[in-house]
Amino acid sequence: MALLGYLIRRILTGIVVVWLVATAAFFLFFSRPVSTVARELAGHAATPQVINEVINNLGLNQPKMTQYWHFLNNLVHGNLGYSYFTQESVDTMLKQDLPPTVSLVIGGMILWLVTGIAVGIISATRARSFFDRFSNVVVLIGLSMPVFVIGELLIWLVFQPLYSHGFTWINIGYSGITSGFGTFLGHMILPWITLAAVQAAVYTRLTRGQLLETLGEDYIRTARAKGLSERRVIFRHAVRGALTPVVSQLGVDIGQLLGGVVVVETVFGLGGIGQVSVQAVFQDNLPVIIGFVIIAAVFVVFANIVVDLVYAALDPRVRIM
Amino acid sequence: MSITEVDFQAHGVEAAQEAAAPVEGRSQWQLTWRRLRGDRVSMIALGVVVLMIVLAIIAPVFASITGHPPNTAYPIQGENAAGNPIGPFTNGFWLGTDSTGRDLFVRILYGARISLFVGVVTTAIAAFLGVTVGLMAGYFGGIIDTLLARLTDTVLAFPYVVLALALAEAFGPSLTIILVLITFFSWAGIARIVRGQTLSIKEKEYIEAARSLGAGPFRIMFLDILPNLLAPVLVVATLYIPQAIVFEATLSFLGLGIQPPTASWGNMLADAQNFYQVAWWYLAFPALFLLITTLAFNLLGDGIRDAMDPRTERLIAARRMRGRRARARKRAGSEGTAGGTGGAGPDTNFPDPVRAPGGS
Repeated sequence: MALLGYLIRRILTGIVVVWLVATAAFFLFFSRPVSTVARELAGHAATPQVINEVINNLGLNQPKMTQYWHFLNNLVHGNLGYSYFTQESVDTMLKQDLPPTVSLVIGGMILWLVTGIAVGIISATRARSFFDRFSNVVVLIGLSMPVFVIGELLIWLVFQPLYSHGFTWINIGYSGITSGFGTFLGHMILPWITLAAVQAAVYTRLTRGQLLETLGEDYIRTARAKGLSERRVIFRHAVRGALTPVVSQLGVDIGQLLGGVVVVETVFGLGGIGQVSVQAVFQDNLPVIIGFVIIAAVFVVFANIVVDLVYAALDPRVRIM
Repeated sequence: MSITEVDFQAHGVEAAQEAAAPVEGRSQWQLTWRRLRGDRVSMIALGVVVLMIVLAIIAPVFASITGHPPNTAYPIQGENAAGNPIGPFTNGFWLGTDSTGRDLFVRILYGARISLFVGVVTTAIAAFLGVTVGLMAGYFGGIIDTLLARLTDTVLAFPYVVLALALAEAFGPSLTIILVLITFFSWAGIARIVRGQTLSIKEKEYIEAARSLGAGPFRIMFLDILPNLLAPVLVVATLYIPQAIVFEATLSFLGLGIQPPTASWGNMLADAQNFYQVAWWYLAFPALFLLITTLAFNLLGDGIRDAMDPRTERLIAARRMRGRRARARKRAGSEGTAGGTGGAGPDTNFPDPVRAPGGS
C-alpha cells in the first residue's frame, strides 16, 4: 500500500512537471508575433488578406488564454496538434520517427553501460595502476569532446577510408531492422560508438568513484573479515552497493537522451525525433517543437520514477516513503 | 593503565607539541593550493588554461604579426588553383586556410575568445544563481524548498538541445541569447548540489551556535554556510566551464550559435565537415584546440577536487596497502583472509571525514 501511495504521489508530481514544461514551452513560443509563421506559410507573394486568412485558419488570432486552453484540452486528450506545413498529426509524426531514436539510445546504452561499468570496476580495484591512469585519460578525452566532433572524426577516419576501399558494411544513414539485422548493425555501429564514447566516460567515472568509496565502508571490511574471497567481496558486496547511483544516473540519461540525441542523429543523418524537431525549429513549425518538448519531458519524468523504484529494489537501505 | 598515567602521557604530548616549531595555522585554501602545487598534471592543466586565456587576449597581436585579420578572405594567396583551402605553413598561413581562404590560426585564436568568454561568464552567472537558489531551498526548507525543487526538476526535464535551438531561432541567434540559454540550463544542477550541502551543513553545531547568538537567517546563510560551500562550488564550476564551451560549440555547429563571419570553434567545425576530404587541417586544428582547452579545464577541476578531498588519497593508499599485503601473502603461500590481518586497516586511523565535496 505504501508503494501504491508513493507511486501515485510520484505520478502526480510528474504530471505537474510535464504541465509546467508544456506551459513554459507554450508561452515561450506563442508569445511571438503571429505574422512570422503565417507569412512564411502563405508564401512570398502573399497579400495581407491571404496572411490574415492563414492566421485565422491556424487560430492564431484568438486571445492567448483561449489558445492556451485549447492546447491544454487537446493535450489532456493525447492530441499534440497538427503540423503547420503538412497538416499531419504531430502524434503520428513523432511515432513514425521514434524507431531510429530508440534504436540509437538502446544500442548505445548497452555499449556504454558494459564498457563504462567494466572499465570503472577494473580502474577502482586497481587504482593508480597503468590501466587506471590510461583509462582516466581516455575518459577525460571522452568527456572533453563535443559529440559532433567524435562523430565527424569517426566519419573522416573510419567510414570514409573503409567505404572508399569497397568495405561498405559500415554505413551512415538509417536502415530499419526490417531490412536485415546485418545491414541494421552496419548502419548503427558508428552512431552507437559515438553516443557511447561520451556516455561511457561518465559511467566509468561514476562507477570508479562510487566503488572506491564503497570499498572503504565498514560492511566491506566485515565481508573481508568473514573470509570471503576478494572476487566475492567486490562483485557481491561492493559493486551492488556502488551501482545504485549509476542506476539513478541512467534514468536521468535515458530520459534526457531520447530528446537529446539530436546531434548524433544529425551527424549521421539517421532521421529520428531529434532531427525532425530540428527541422521543425528551422521551419517555425511550433506544434511539432512543442510536441517534441512535451514528449521528451514525459520520457524524463517516467524514467526518473522507474529509476527510483529500481533504486529501492537494489539498495535495501533506501526506503520509499 | 591508571588515570594518572594517561594524564601524564597527555602532558607529555602537549609538551612535545610546545617544544616543536610553532604550529602554523593553515586555511583550507592554503592546504588545497599546497596539494595542488604538488600535482604535476594539475599544474600543466593550469598552465594550458592560462596560456589559452593569454592567447585569446592577444589574438589581435597575432593578426597583425601575420597580417591577416580574422574575417578577411585571401582568395589568391589563401586558396589553391581548385579554390580549396591551402595546407599549414604555406604562403605565410601558419595553420593553413579555411574554405574561403581566411587564416585558420588567427580565426582559431578569435574563436578561443568566444569559447572562453562564454564558458567563464555563463558558469559565473549560473554559479551565482545556483548558490542563491540552493542556499534558500536548503536553509528554509518547506514550501520554498518544494517550489524550488519543482522548478529545478522542470529545468532538468527540458530537452535542452532542441529547446535551446528553438529559442535561439525564435529570438535570433546572438552572443547574448547564447549566454542566457547556457546559463538557464546550468544553474539547476549547481542549485541541487548546493541544496544538498546546505542541508547537511545547517545541522552542524556551529550553525546552532550562530543562531543562539541571535544571527538572522541571511547572516547565517551567507556568512556561516556560504564559505563552506565555496570549495564544492569551485570544483563544480571548473567542470561546468568545459561543458559550456562544448554547448556553445554544439549550438554553433547546428547553425544557431555564433553566426559567421565571426569565428567560433563550433561554426568552424560545422563548416569544416564539408571539407575534411580536401583539407584535413580545417577539421583537425579547431578540434584540437577545443579538445586541449576542455581537457585542461577538466583535468584542473579533477585536480582541485582531489586536492580538497584528503579522502581520495587515503582510499587509494588503503587499497594499495591491502593489495601489497595480499601479494605478500600470496608469495608466502598462505591462504589467509584478505584484509583480515594486521588489526584494523589503515582507514581506521582517520576520523570519518565529512562527505566528499562535489563528488560526482
